[in-house]
Amino acid sequence: MSGPPSAFDWTLALALPALSLYALASRNLVRAVALFVALGLVLALTWAKLGAPDVALAEAALGSGITGVLLVSALGRLGRVDVRPPKGPLRSAFGGVLAAAATAGTFLFLLAPTFGEPAGLRDTVLPRVGETGASHPVTAVLLDFRGYDTLLEIAVLLLAVLGVRAAHGVARTVEAPPGPILAEGMKTIAPVIVLVAGYVLWAGTSAPGGAFQAGTALGAGAVLAALSGAFGQRPGREWASRVLLAAGYTVFVGVAAGTLAARGALLDYPPGSAGALLLAIETGLTITIAIVIRELFEGCSPPPRSDA
Amino acid sequence: MNVRDWLALPLLVGGAFFFLAGTVGLLRFPDLYTRLHALTKADNLGLGLVVLGLAIRSPSLAIALKLLLVWVLAMGAAAASAHAISRAALRAGIEPWRRR
Repeated sequence: MSGPPSAFDWTLALALPALSLYALASRNLVRAVALFVALGLVLALTWAKLGAPDVALAEAALGSGITGVLLVSALGRLGRVDVRPPKGPLRSAFGGVLAAAATAGTFLFLLAPTFGEPAGLRDTVLPRVGETGASHPVTAVLLDFRGYDTLLEIAVLLLAVLGVRAAHGVARTVEAPPGPILAEGMKTIAPVIVLVAGYVLWAGTSAPGGAFQAGTALGAGAVLAALSGAFGQRPGREWASRVLLAAGYTVFVGVAAGTLAARGALLDYPPGSAGALLLAIETGLTITIAIVIRELFEGCSPPPRSDA
Repeated sequence: MNVRDWLALPLLVGGAFFFLAGTVGLLRFPDLYTRLHALTKADNLGLGLVVLGLAIRSPSLAIALKLLLVWVLAMGAAAASAHAISRAALRAGIEPWRRR
């Protein structure tokens, strides 16, 4: 961000706390969820304005898109939409403001010595991006310089899915299909979704994008397919979803073990095939993330009705 | 401001006007079905005008075509979700508003 903040910047900066307070103070849960999704949109715009398109993509897709879907699904499971907070809406909003102020104050205190330094890690990373298999610095950091962190993130996602399955059970919800329009629409849009996900995955090596955003697009497609009943109800395909769920982690661990055995260091990609390895890892991650989103949605849905 | 900006300006303002009209409809219409109608009208025409204005100003044909694709997809999504919402509302028993 350069130059004095414009009117648009001020609008974004004021909208963020306003939307958050309004969402926290809402008694009606439907209103709170809608405001949360709107907050996600404003946050994505803020990230884009700050020059972080990867984070903006992830925020728009995951933070407000998929999370909004999960929240609405959980609302349906709750059955009630009016919440009477015991202390009154103003006091819970006040608590939120206090927590936010404390967090912001801590961050400012810890980071104040670094104000005035240029651009964080950019000067450390950019000269060495050529050593990795990707030309986009964010992908290079995520999958090469800090690849180990991403490996552990995927393991955490798998654990989360295991927890959701343990709590909800494995049975798929089988409801009456919503009607021909949604099913036909979904069949028309499914190739577009796959194309978009594939393109975002491919472009992630040299432009904003990558496995997480592509996996979210694919996962959203999977959730839509389940909601619209476009491809029929198939509760019996358990083994397929388990294999796909494990794909990302298996590929990543396989590559890590291979590099450990061949070159003595974990995730030390050989220079010639680094690009291909990165793409293979990202493809596995995309598939796993898509299945994870589908499983999380399944866990938030109401349990199967006995008269289905 | 060159020629393309002057061409795009009325389109962008027109799109913003339709979005405003849709929001007014959302706030003022008497029942769920009329509000859905207002929202989808604003989405289609408002977004279309905004996309046209941006396409005129875009630096390449590829970007302009991608913008138009975004408009088509947004229209499809709006139509499908409006259909789903009104269908669920009818099933839940919400009656359309009648003038008394």
